[in-house]
Amino acid sequence: MAKTGHAAAALIRIEAVSKSFGGIPAVDDLSLDIMDDEFFALLGPSGCGKTTLLRMLAGFEVPDSGRILLDGTDIAPLPPHRRPFNMMFQSYALFPHLTVEGNVAFGLKQENLSRDEIAGRVAEMLALLRLQGMGARKPDQLSGGQRQRVALARALVKRPRLLLLDEPLAALDKKLRAETQFELVALQRKLRTTFVIVTHDQDEAMIVAGRIAVMNRGRLEQVGSPAEIYERPKSRWVAGFIGDINLLEGKVGKGGTTLDTVHGAIRVTNAGSAGTTAWLALRPEKIALAMKKPRSGRNAVPGVVTEIGYLGDISLCKVRLANGAVMQVSMPNSGAELPSAGAKVWLVWPATAGVVLKQ
Amino acid sequence: MLRGMSTFNVVAVAFGLAFLYLPILILVVYSFNHSQLVTVWGGWSLRWYRELLHDEAMLSSVWISLRVAALSATVATVLGTLAAAALTRFGRFRGRLLFSGMIYAPLVMPEVITGLALLLLFVALDADRGFWTVTIAHTTLTMCFVTIVVQSRLIGFDRSLEEAAWDLGCAPWKAFLVVTLPLIAPAVAAGWLLAFALSLDDLVIASFTSGPGATTLPLRIYSQVRLGVKPEINAICTILIAVVALATVALSLAAKRSALRGDPAAQG
Ligand SMILES: Nc1ncnc2c1ncn2[C@@H]1O[C@H](COP(=O)(O)OP(=O)(O)OP(=O)(O)O)[C@@H](O)[C@H]1O
Ligand SMILES: [Mg+2]
Repeated sequence: MAKTGHAAAALIRIEAVSKSFGGIPAVDDLSLDIMDDEFFALLGPSGCGKTTLLRMLAGFEVPDSGRILLDGTDIAPLPPHRRPFNMMFQSYALFPHLTVEGNVAFGLKQENLSRDEIAGRVAEMLALLRLQGMGARKPDQLSGGQRQRVALARALVKRPRLLLLDEPLAALDKKLRAETQFELVALQRKLRTTFVIVTHDQDEAMIVAGRIAVMNRGRLEQVGSPAEIYERPKSRWVAGFIGDINLLEGKVGKGGTTLDTVHGAIRVTNAGSAGTTAWLALRPEKIALAMKKPRSGRNAVPGVVTEIGYLGDISLCKVRLANGAVMQVSMPNSGAELPSAGAKVWLVWPATAGVVLKQ
Repeated sequence: MLRGMSTFNVVAVAFGLAFLYLPILILVVYSFNHSQLVTVWGGWSLRWYRELLHDEAMLSSVWISLRVAALSATVATVLGTLAAAALTRFGRFRGRLLFSGMIYAPLVMPEVITGLALLLLFVALDADRGFWTVTIAHTTLTMCFVTIVVQSRLIGFDRSLEEAAWDLGCAPWKAFLVVTLPLIAPAVAAGWLLAFALSLDDLVIASFTSGPGATTLPLRIYSQVRLGVKPEINAICTILIAVVALATVALSLAAKRSALRGDPAAQG
């Protein structure tokens, strides 16, 4: 959804923003651009400052330093009610004394629109979110999924430049969450509003977002498309946070095409300058198991199968190497015979399978 | 329910209720007594209620008391609600402990001292004692009660509701008016009613701060009783009891209705 080949200026530019609570930094010197019409995810472990960053965008928290620009203008002087952003709260924060319609119309009433226009836009939004016929209900007469959609309708009906979503799906059960993730994507495509979602669920971020910012301890670790972050993580931390990863430590050899490890020289690509320490990061699905040592070309490291787990679509295999390190290998269950625990196997992968990480 | 109750429990409850309500019951019954003497039963009659209608002094005291109570309760509710909001909102501001301590002080302060202090203040300011001084004094007295009632409701209040209102385009003061206030309304109403009742029944502070033109009802009753109890007093007290009882019932009905609507405001 990030438009490529379009030199759009950033809708939101976050410049070196810091915020600390009682001396402990929650967001630390963070810079980030959010483009127009993109679905952007802030991903990170609990307590890394995602909500704090979102609340600074909404205006509920004031940065200690740094600036936030909207279309190139600093929005620091704008209080929350003057910002053309709307937020969907994690608790939904629906007004219990108002009906569904009253909740959705609330924001429009603050804009002094005509009665007809308000009614029209509310009806349109209720239809868009499949809430027709529920306008007269109170929030406590709705299911969790319906409440979530009312919260979304209430934020979207104001046609914000930016929709902020703080863990919008955390309260839904697994199946509903999966459905809603696709609905959110469809909604974003249809409305062409910029969505910024906060989540600590990497799968959710990968499914919904066009670009992801991975945060750790108030700092930005990496920004990129889901594929970039998964395939080319910039650090061991990112690689480990997004999915499972195997790491092999070694020294970069001459020409930057090998990594000297305890398992011998391993062929890699783009390892950088010779002599430095680096790690080869290999996803479990990029490794194949072989009973015999392959003749040439690919990397091969021997090991012993310690465990094998059947997960339905795939099987997960743990292999112990000579130095005691355990590698994870995942294999699609396509009928081929699986090795059994205790079997001696070779781990095989081509030079291009992994990425070499410097940090 | 009843089956589980031992004789002891029944007696205890009956005794307790009698202790609370027998004096009031006697007062109500005697207000319908025809006899001139308070202690002699002379048959049912509305004589003292009729007589009350012609007692100019008593009626004017009722009027003064109602005005003082309504006005002071209203001002106390506004100030008390704002104080409660400040105490719960601004987390830990400098001097919060001192501020909340100062709010609660009048609760435990002997009324004689509050009354005396106010009297000294009014004398120092050279203010004529009368309607306004009693009203101000009662506002001082009742504000902290309102604060406590409203604060207990605000502590359980979900702040994100107010933030959602800001986010949707309300300035903070408006968010408080259109979102917070409707949700805490039962507590605010309860605070007002409490303030009204406290003002209506105050004797000590009124005796320090009121002047010749502004004899409140308790002051009037007290001064008349010293000359001997007239059955007319019973009548006016009965009316007061009826008013307070009706207001209490109305308030608890309103609270129950909003609880049935699933309004969390009534459950806090
Ligand atoms: N109002 C506050 N006062 C004090 N500390 C705060 C406040 N808000 C956040 N923090 C602290 O700032 C840090 C970041 O919090 P934040 O809520 O932004 O994390 P998060 O990434 O949203 O985590 P989660 O996924 O658990 O919601 C935490 O250590 C938190 O304790
Ligand atoms: Mg959070």
